Amino acid sequence: MDFKLPFKITFWKVVLLLIWLAGLVAAIIRVFGGLGASTNLSDKFPWGLWVGFDVICGVGLAAGGFTIAAAVYVFHVKRFYPVLKPTILTAFLGYVLVIVGLLFDVGRPDRIYNPLFMGNLHSPLFEVAMCVMFYTTVLFFEFSPNIFQRLGWAGPKRWITKVTVPLVILGVILSTMHQSSLGSLFLIMPEKMYIFWYSASLPFLFYVSAIAAGCAMVIFESHLSFRAFGHRLKDDVIADIGRILLVVLVMYLLMKIYDFTSRGVWSYLFIPRMETYLFWLEALAGIIVPIILLSIRKVRLSNPGLYAVSVLTISGFMLNRLNVATTSFIASSGVHYFPAWSEIAITVALVATGFFVFAMAARYLPVFEEPEAHGPAKPAAYYTDEALQLETTDLSS
Amino acid sequence: MEKKKGLLIDTTLCIGCGACATACKEVNGLPGETEQELSATAYTVVKEKNGIYYRRLCMHCEEPSCKSVCPVGAFEKTAEGAVIYHANKCIGCRYCMQACPFSIPTYEWKKRAPKVKKCILCYERLKEGKITGCAEACPTGATKFGDREELLAEAKKRIQDNPGQYVDHVYGDKEVGGTSVLFLSAVPMGDFGYPTNLPDYPLPRLTWEALSKVPSIAIFGGAFLYGMWWIIDRRMELAEYKAKEKEPPKA
Repeated sequence: MDFKLPFKITFWKVVLLLIWLAGLVAAIIRVFGGLGASTNLSDKFPWGLWVGFDVICGVGLAAGGFTIAAAVYVFHVKRFYPVLKPTILTAFLGYVLVIVGLLFDVGRPDRIYNPLFMGNLHSPLFEVAMCVMFYTTVLFFEFSPNIFQRLGWAGPKRWITKVTVPLVILGVILSTMHQSSLGSLFLIMPEKMYIFWYSASLPFLFYVSAIAAGCAMVIFESHLSFRAFGHRLKDDVIADIGRILLVVLVMYLLMKIYDFTSRGVWSYLFIPRMETYLFWLEALAGIIVPIILLSIRKVRLSNPGLYAVSVLTISGFMLNRLNVATTSFIASSGVHYFPAWSEIAITVALVATGFFVFAMAARYLPVFEEPEAHGPAKPAAYYTDEALQLETTDLSS
Repeated sequence: MEKKKGLLIDTTLCIGCGACATACKEVNGLPGETEQELSATAYTVVKEKNGIYYRRLCMHCEEPSCKSVCPVGAFEKTAEGAVIYHANKCIGCRYCMQACPFSIPTYEWKKRAPKVKKCILCYERLKEGKITGCAEACPTGATKFGDREELLAEAKKRIQDNPGQYVDHVYGDKEVGGTSVLFLSAVPMGDFGYPTNLPDYPLPRLTWEALSKVPSIAIFGGAFLYGMWWIIDRRMELAEYKAKEKEPPKA
């Protein structure tokens, strides 16, 4: 007798199920055993992988959302429109996963809404919490036309497209505020952090590196969705984002050079210790090698080249955030922290869920459809070459 | 206004009997035997280094980092000088523990509804006019309770009257803008693992320098972006009319 499953078993589906199973076991341990049973955190090391990766990396990686939205709607770079929807979707999923991750990390997830009612204006974490909450809502509205379209709700779709520009500007402001304030979280601990990673410029460094990571994510996911679904974007769009990435990375490098010079950090770069190796890895993978590769025209115009650059930049970015949030505290804390298996399991399960939901949305929602008229209707001449040229001069002047 | 209270801990007088830690447990209803490190059940511990005994406890900063970073305002610096914690607000983000320059707050890691735990300068006893449990229990006067200003003056006098006996520094006088708990010692406090690289201004200032700029960035950033959008949009509109060779309407 034939037994048929409703879906085909593939290697990646088995991997996904195993990841979710491990995540589920870890989640049960977290819920019933508390933070003590599920993490390697301690009084001397109260912030670990869940804060460092799930929150501080997650928010940064979702920064493509506001960058691309600003380019398309505020600066009228219409040729980026095809990447806008998938990027907004990634950002929305990213923020939802950050909030889920936060629910695992805080000791009293049942009180997660408390900042709404008892805010402390002096706390950067309060600002981050509020911005994340509002910005996730904004992202939902930015993405909602796709859902309305799928449901066939013309009314709400028309209504929401009318307020797109103010909504996008609000999103950019909220993002600017909390992406930089994630860096401000660490300003109060100068004496606890290793010299590479504490800087009064942390808010600026976090903001610029988040934009770089956001651009890299756009390249990364357009490559993946091409492989998975065959939606190929016009290559020149991705190449343009690669060029923006290059500019942002060079800007970050210059800021970092200025920061290291003004604080006199250079001599520490050759002391043989764990922090030095991790810093070099972060700087090489995330900044220096991507800058070199992107400066080569052949790499910048090739899909595999851009994909490699995006993977490097994202890895370097994640290492940087983990270094700021965890590595830099190891020396002063006097303990060695390495995440427990359950911390890693939940983190991996969250990332896998992100990939899964993105794939589902890409399949069932009009995420990768051809651009259609958006915003207040404009005559066809809106997209003439002359108009585009004018726009380019605007941007360069 | 009521004068701020404090503790003066003179490590040269401490005999390491641990009466303060025992009394602390009793007063605050903390379970278990004497402990070696601060924990959710030990608000203070007596430790020994090279034959010198010293204590670990909340320093009760004048401008506490924990209070500044808490997103829900669960910490309060009372008029008496105590830094207290409102458990009913706490969401368990543990930013207070991460930010504390003295690494004092501890967490109930094993509980399902955990709280942050730390010395609260026996705040309830202070309100009744009593002194802290540790100071009351101390048999040698190594831990002394009083008005902070008077304790500071006395500490400086002890240094002056006993040349060579103390390091010429009252720990907590200037550190992070001053703390309600003051230490006198014959060796630098750094030998006991106390941070010696602290600035003499309150650490929350570092955050506020960045955070206070946020509202203006939001307002001017929003105006700037809206202006950019409007200008580019209008120019494209004009270009479009020009392409059609028509007179553009007035803006």
